[in-house]
Amino acid sequence: MTYRGMIAEIVTITGNKGEKVEAYYARPSGPGPFPGVVLIHHMPGWDDWTMEAVRKLAHQGFACISHHLYHRLGPGTPDDLAAKARAAGGVSDDEVVGDVKGAMAFLRAQPGSNGKVGMIGFCSGGRHTFLASCRLEGVDAAVNCWGGNVVVDDPTQLTALRPVAPIDLTDGLKAPLLGLFGNEDKNPSPAQVDTLEAKLKACGKQYEFHRYDGAGHAFFAAERPAYRVEQANDGWQKVYAFYRKHLA
Amino acid sequence: MCSYITEKTEIFGSAKGAGGWSNVTAAHVYFDHPFHASLDHALSIDFMSGDTTRKVAVEMSAESARALVASILAALETGEKEHA
Repeated sequence: MTYRGMIAEIVTITGNKGEKVEAYYARPSGPGPFPGVVLIHHMPGWDDWTMEAVRKLAHQGFACISHHLYHRLGPGTPDDLAAKARAAGGVSDDEVVGDVKGAMAFLRAQPGSNGKVGMIGFCSGGRHTFLASCRLEGVDAAVNCWGGNVVVDDPTQLTALRPVAPIDLTDGLKAPLLGLFGNEDKNPSPAQVDTLEAKLKACGKQYEFHRYDGAGHAFFAAERPAYRVEQANDGWQKVYAFYRKHLA
Repeated sequence: MCSYITEKTEIFGSAKGAGGWSNVTAAHVYFDHPFHASLDHALSIDFMSGDTTRKVAVEMSAESARALVASILAALETGEKEHA
């Protein structure tokens, strides 16, 4: 079932250390109850594609929220704030996890919530999804879309902002995990996806990986040459099915 | 991709953007996902005033960036000879 009517708006959540963070929130019209999804935007920022993805999930019956990871660097346009974040070496993992916790609390506090909350992230947001799902309680289903740097082959890539390779936190993962990857991607490379899968197996975690031939990084990005229509359509269907199974 | 690898260099000059002319003091250069250009990866240059204020931003293909580098070097070579 899909929902053609929806309400989409900017809201404020209480993020890391009680700070106010702006977020884009879309949910189907009607009383619900609806499952919630926290969507973590990619490294280029809180852009139009992020808003489209939020509405796409609302259309499928999920109350979806995406908070602005670079909000604290403002004021400014999303692309200027993304440039600021890059110049600063990114945002800290602790801040990301704190903000995600706030977004989850926001969703569960809404009158139309069914109490379940999933998470999804793309690119660096895929890494953030894995990270936050390992560190937080209460995640009911996690979707990592081609998150790079979950596996860190070169320890010099670890920084004060990102001190731990997320794969080393796998023991803490409680939610079932869906992973979507392109076999032509370089970050994560197929070998890194193998490493992550081996770790999930070794830790006895519930996961489902789909690896697409003919696709590289960011193959959902309809406005980019990386877009792969067949793989993207199949991938979105996998996301919906996964959430309908685990967030009902 | 999705790295935070950024080459930073101090520069002395000016740039004109939506707000008119202003001094620029640094350039941040990186090859990663663009915000606007229809490319999977772009060579991006942020011309900065101070550490955090972006005055002008450009995104281009790797081929364009290499051609631009060659043009800059060629212009410097001929111009500096002319004005020596």
